[in-house]
Amino acid sequence: MSNLVVLPMLIPLLTGIIIIFFYRTPSIQRIIAGAGALLNIAVSAYLVQRVYNEGILTLNFGGWMPPFGISFVADMFSALLVLTTSLVSTACLFYAFKSIGEEKERHHFYVFFQFVVVGVVGSFLTGDIFNLFVCFEVMLIASYGMIVLGGTKLQLRESLKYILVNVVSSALFVGAVAYLYAIVGTLNFAHISQRVAEVGQPGILTVSSLVFLVIFSVKAGLFLFFWLPGSYKAPPAVVTALFGALLTKVGIYAIIRIYTIIFYHDQAFTHTIIGWMAAATIVLGALGAVAYRDVPRILIYNIVIAVGFIMIGLVVANQQALEGAIFYLIHDMIVKALLFLLGGMMITVAGTPRLAEMGGIIKRYPALGWMFFIAAMALVGVPPLSGFVGKLLIVQGGFSGGWYWLTAIGLASSLLILYSMMKIFMNGFWGEEKYAAEDAEPVSLKGMLAPAACLLTISILMGVGAEWVYPYISQAGEVLLNPQLYIDAVLKE
Amino acid sequence: MEILMSIAVGVLFAVGTYLILTRSLIRIILGTTLLTHGVHLLLLTMAGLKTGGVPLLGEQLTNYTDPLPQALILTSIVISFGVTSFFFVLAYRAYQELGTDDMEQLRGRDDE
Repeated sequence: MSNLVVLPMLIPLLTGIIIIFFYRTPSIQRIIAGAGALLNIAVSAYLVQRVYNEGILTLNFGGWMPPFGISFVADMFSALLVLTTSLVSTACLFYAFKSIGEEKERHHFYVFFQFVVVGVVGSFLTGDIFNLFVCFEVMLIASYGMIVLGGTKLQLRESLKYILVNVVSSALFVGAVAYLYAIVGTLNFAHISQRVAEVGQPGILTVSSLVFLVIFSVKAGLFLFFWLPGSYKAPPAVVTALFGALLTKVGIYAIIRIYTIIFYHDQAFTHTIIGWMAAATIVLGALGAVAYRDVPRILIYNIVIAVGFIMIGLVVANQQALEGAIFYLIHDMIVKALLFLLGGMMITVAGTPRLAEMGGIIKRYPALGWMFFIAAMALVGVPPLSGFVGKLLIVQGGFSGGWYWLTAIGLASSLLILYSMMKIFMNGFWGEEKYAAEDAEPVSLKGMLAPAACLLTISILMGVGAEWVYPYISQAGEVLLNPQLYIDAVLKE
Repeated sequence: MEILMSIAVGVLFAVGTYLILTRSLIRIILGTTLLTHGVHLLLLTMAGLKTGGVPLLGEQLTNYTDPLPQALILTSIVISFGVTSFFFVLAYRAYQELGTDDMEQLRGRDDE
């Protein structure tokens, strides 16, 4: 037991609280936020290494033994996601320094930013289902603040819808916890899992698991992603980057967690349903990515495709597929943030989100152009880059697990992702120079390219150095395959 | 008793859902509050309504009602209170800026 487990959540929380006091001076806010973010990367990396050496770490708050108190559990899956979260959020933070503008900084932008990170990290680390709900709410309430900050008409309109959808799904979450509590009488993940295993998951528990599936699907954008394209289009690019990289991934994490730790006894039924939902998600997302001709929407529909693709890993649920899902999840968090940051720069430079009105950007901004190209290749899954390994593992697992049709849909989606990405690249970067504003002055991208370059480097290293990353991924996959490891680590009996 | 409570919760859910599907924004927010009421009563009901003392140790009783769901409901109430107040202010602001509370007119077009 060690307090290290709570630090990745505590650091952004304290940073956020301190920043509140400096709302008049953005320069001090930036220093504090930047220092906190860098510290958090170091702490999360140390956490990953500790979990790698010592196995699952748990922390029981107040010294109450589980299941009676709330416990935080860092297994390798959580720890890796926490590290990825701190890397991605730091890159977005440094991008925000240059792009967000003083007006928003004075109105608590960084406070909301830190609290989103608090909620995301808390959701990854918690070992208690009601605490998961609370962490979701911390994350969502801060995200309401971020999505509406600035108060343009578009933002007001879209945040009304975003909040409504999330209020309803949060109410359902509390209802689902009520049903689960009535059946098993406990809230701790490990203890619930033990009790579910004792009764062998009868029909009522499967129904309960499906209610959770609906709730987390709304959060993750798995099939129920109707709210996502409109809402993610409204805020500034850096906010969309943060949301696209983190918020939907928390929903994915929650689905993977509950279906590997708790409700794994009736896979023939539940996983078939998730399989159909994943297939529909991929197809609908691909249609959206192909249909639209503006940069944000194409990228937003690519979030949706990735959610479906990661779910294939869960549906197949053998060792390779789960490892692939973990690898692809981490890769996707990094690359989606990167693409939205690059897309944001494209829009800043061209003065419009529409592809028809931009062109030839690569002549003035070659670094931006080639970074976008490499990031797009990573997203598609071209071999030396990070997307390849995850896709390969999921596809191998899918074929050896007998899910041919689902894996085929996943593979075919890569082609459409490639088409949609090349549509952006060829229309935006190639061709004759076109800018929405006549005689557009070259915009300085100084300070914005560097965070994106860091994310790109991480993505390349993850692909080239897959051999070094793999032991960590494999350790994470092991816990998902053997829930008993998790239960023993938490309950220690 | 649980059956009566279940029916009450069902009615709250039905009315809440109906209100959320209407066009006026204020009705929608009222619908979400009814939905939250329903969920909180559900949490209370599902934990069991067996008679027992209030969960205070000073009462010197042999059996108490389950204290855990009461703590969960209290947590959930303050969260939904925060969200609802934010939602109301946002609706007010949206009414000032956009000049309508009709969700049909808040659809949005692509040219914005």
